[in-house]
Amino acid sequence: MRVGVFICHCGNNIAGTIDVARVAEETRKIPGVVYATTYMYTCSEPGQEEIKEAIKREGLDRVVVAACSPRMHEMTFRRTVEKAGLNRYFFEMANIREHISWVGEDKEFNTRKAIDVVRMAVAKVMQNRPLFSSSFKINKRVLVMGGGVAGMQAALDCADGGLEVVIVEKSQSIGGMMARLDKTFPTIDCSICILGPKMVDVAQHEKIKLYAYSEIDEIKGYVGNYQVKIRKKATYVDWSKCTGCGACMEKCPSKNAYDYFNFGVAPTKAINIPFPQAIPKKAKIDPNYCRQFTKGKCGVCAKICPTKAIDYEMKDEIITEEVGAIIVATGYSLIDMDMLPEYGGGRYPDVISGIQYERLLNASGPTAGHIERPSDHEEPKTIVFVSCAGSRDKSIGIPYCSNFCCMYIAKQAILTKDHISDSQSYVFYMDIRSPGKGYDEFTRRAQEEYGVHYIRGRVSRIYPKGKKLVVRGADTLLGTQVEIEADLVVLATAVISNKDAAYMAEKLHISYDTFGFYVESHPKLRPVETNTSGVFLAGACQGPKDIPASVGQGSAAASKILALFSGETLESDPAVARVNINACVGCLKCVKTCPFGAIKEKELRDGRVVADVIETVCAGCGVCTSTCPCGAIQLQHFTDNQILAEVNALCLI
Amino acid sequence: MADREYAYYSGCSLEGTAVEYDISVRRVMEALGIRLSEPEDWSCCGSTPAHTVDHLLAAALAARNLTIIEKMGFNTVITPCPSCMMAFKKAHHRMKEDIRFKDEVNSLLDEPYNLNVQSKSALQIIIEDIGLEKVKERVTHVMPDLKVAPYYGCILNRPPEIAQFDDPENPLSMDKIFTAIGVEVCDFAFKVECCGAAYGVPKRDMVNELTYKILSMAVDCGANCVAVACPLCQQNLDLRQQQVNIRKNTSFNIPVLYFSQIMGLAYGYSPEEMVIDKLVVNPDSLISSRITLSQWNEMKAREAEASKAKKKEKKNIEKIEEET
Repeated sequence: MRVGVFICHCGNNIAGTIDVARVAEETRKIPGVVYATTYMYTCSEPGQEEIKEAIKREGLDRVVVAACSPRMHEMTFRRTVEKAGLNRYFFEMANIREHISWVGEDKEFNTRKAIDVVRMAVAKVMQNRPLFSSSFKINKRVLVMGGGVAGMQAALDCADGGLEVVIVEKSQSIGGMMARLDKTFPTIDCSICILGPKMVDVAQHEKIKLYAYSEIDEIKGYVGNYQVKIRKKATYVDWSKCTGCGACMEKCPSKNAYDYFNFGVAPTKAINIPFPQAIPKKAKIDPNYCRQFTKGKCGVCAKICPTKAIDYEMKDEIITEEVGAIIVATGYSLIDMDMLPEYGGGRYPDVISGIQYERLLNASGPTAGHIERPSDHEEPKTIVFVSCAGSRDKSIGIPYCSNFCCMYIAKQAILTKDHISDSQSYVFYMDIRSPGKGYDEFTRRAQEEYGVHYIRGRVSRIYPKGKKLVVRGADTLLGTQVEIEADLVVLATAVISNKDAAYMAEKLHISYDTFGFYVESHPKLRPVETNTSGVFLAGACQGPKDIPASVGQGSAAASKILALFSGETLESDPAVARVNINACVGCLKCVKTCPFGAIKEKELRDGRVVADVIETVCAGCGVCTSTCPCGAIQLQHFTDNQILAEVNALCLI
Repeated sequence: MADREYAYYSGCSLEGTAVEYDISVRRVMEALGIRLSEPEDWSCCGSTPAHTVDHLLAAALAARNLTIIEKMGFNTVITPCPSCMMAFKKAHHRMKEDIRFKDEVNSLLDEPYNLNVQSKSALQIIIEDIGLEKVKERVTHVMPDLKVAPYYGCILNRPPEIAQFDDPENPLSMDKIFTAIGVEVCDFAFKVECCGAAYGVPKRDMVNELTYKILSMAVDCGANCVAVACPLCQQNLDLRQQQVNIRKNTSFNIPVLYFSQIMGLAYGYSPEEMVIDKLVVNPDSLISSRITLSQWNEMKAREAEASKAKKKEKKNIEKIEEET
């Protein structure tokens, strides 16, 4: 066996804290290693050429590159050795950057550790076997989870590209947060006017199938072949009959239902259509408030409905859809104002959140676009906006910036002046974050043309004084305390991930961060991919972002899927579990432990029962190999022998 | 008969300017079946005068007292003064979090402190260990004229990770106690505002300004007295009221009582027993209408009957009017 080892400097990333020449020198002493060298940037084109030439020149049949994480360049180098005629699995990567040079400062210690890691990789590569991937057919349908602006954009782009799309939206209508906004920054164009046509496109596109008021129950399968169980939640209205006339909503006697669409600004009816442009424009009953459910009698809507669409007996329905790829566009939530007791959130009715104010400004909102104080319905004259209400606040566990509040506060302050010309708005801010195109000009306009008072400092307390609210804060530019008597206070409440974000991530086998936002494959270079092939991200489920960024990600995720589905088949990863039927005793423990349901029992011709791996479903996690009592099931490319060879290389010297 | 026994660290204020706080807390605790044991040879708690100079020595002062209490075999100490309580809690917290700091503190002491003592305010003991049921049970008297603004001050419940008691922004423990003993509580927005604390000495004007704000808010929310749980708050609000009146041209005359004094009055102790006369602003006019619970109930019953009779009479008149 002739192993060649290439040790990368990675500029100073590795060579700065590891003596790479010494690593090469020590490596040459390992039995089986016939060639070892160092290179400035092994991943560069000349670097890869050097590997190919060495394979030919030195007659190498195994290659180790000691460089960065395999996440970064394993594929690059596998392709390199393949081009030089070796099986791509005759290659191993020793991670001496992320695991050593970046984390340790002691050069001597780092060098010794690097030598050990290279020795392990050499031991493993000598045990490696050639593996070959097979190709499998793919289902070119796409599931889009979430019908906000990001999901809609992704769905439309996929559908326009010829793919069939299934959208699952958990609420009654698509449109998401954007459908609730009055105007959008920095152009002050009407939000629903630009979103509405897109919503109609989604509804009318022949390639798009929409499941509103539905949730994902179960996801099975793998890239190219997913089976998704969708729960169509009971609406108690037969949507095939409902015409959206709204007669039921007019007559419904239960008038105090919580209005989720309007964030509780005002109550709604127990049967309702959330907003005039809703898609689908169908009514739904909220059984928590409907008298038929709470008191057992009423039936007004059933009597009034001209198409007899009301069905109090309706049950959830489970539908299975088969798709080949998934776009996760589940959006975000906002913190509860109760988390901000110093601002009296939840205690004082005239302290409201930004999204609630948005609904007050909106012509189709509960006040028909007239700004009113919730307490006495009077028009406020002095309005105070508090930015970073919860954001950038470690004390409540939200250290990050919510991204778009600075901009929407400026917008709301401008709109306030348009609505109430003799009003005065104040904005308490930490920093004005307006880095987008035309954004800074916009916040300047709020200050210069609309006379919005920007006060740099934090608000410490809000307390009532008669009919007014006193907002007390610091003006850090003047170095003094300020108190403003306000009629209405608007808190730019922090963006958080959805409550069920972690639960969904586990269903999808994707990662999420401390705050529940989904983690992209690479923060710069793979922003819409996840580490699970076939699952893509779009919009604020990945982190707080505004409309343009969400739409951009929606399109990006769609283009990734169009590329993925450009052929008829995909190549499978051969690094999956395989059963040695001669050693298998048929205990089938592996069948129970496999988290992907990739193992089933198989009867051999002689009647013996053994385990059998469905190659395309196996994710290569290796749980089965540690379960198997007789070592009969082995994860290819990570067999017991290969891992023990690494351990021996580390421990037996 | 005493149900429970706790160590009781009064601290310097309660021996001097706040002797009425000490006496009223002791009596109320007795009424609630709590026996208090005072540590022998206790010393300064290490609060403001100490910790503004040296954190280590301040912690050592606190730990010295905690060691004595630990040796008495108590795991909880009642410290009515929030400054003492916070000095103890802070020293305990830091010694627990930082082994090196603990060793440093202990090296200054004759005997080491082993982190076995929890410090609690009298309020915390009443809420957490005694419970509102019992607080209510013990009531013998009603004070119908009292409208209280409960003022908690800055450190009774903050910082929350150290205080570990009540809501840091909108505390409710005192509110709950007053409601339980039948005293009317006002919705007071300045429960945790700063009173100026020890700045009364170097920066009197500033403290007067802060005191002015708190008193104004108390009056605005409809209160006719302020309840406190801190000797320094009491001093700034009560003793300095005249200063505020002169400086701000106001005429505040609002009594500032310790919450324990109000509880004691509800439990039947006389104003003399609660050392009411130590207060600067005289609350006599508010508490002179105090009556016993049975008198109160009788009065209520009579009122109810009267209103019933009135209704009946009204009905009769209506009936007669209808008939005619």
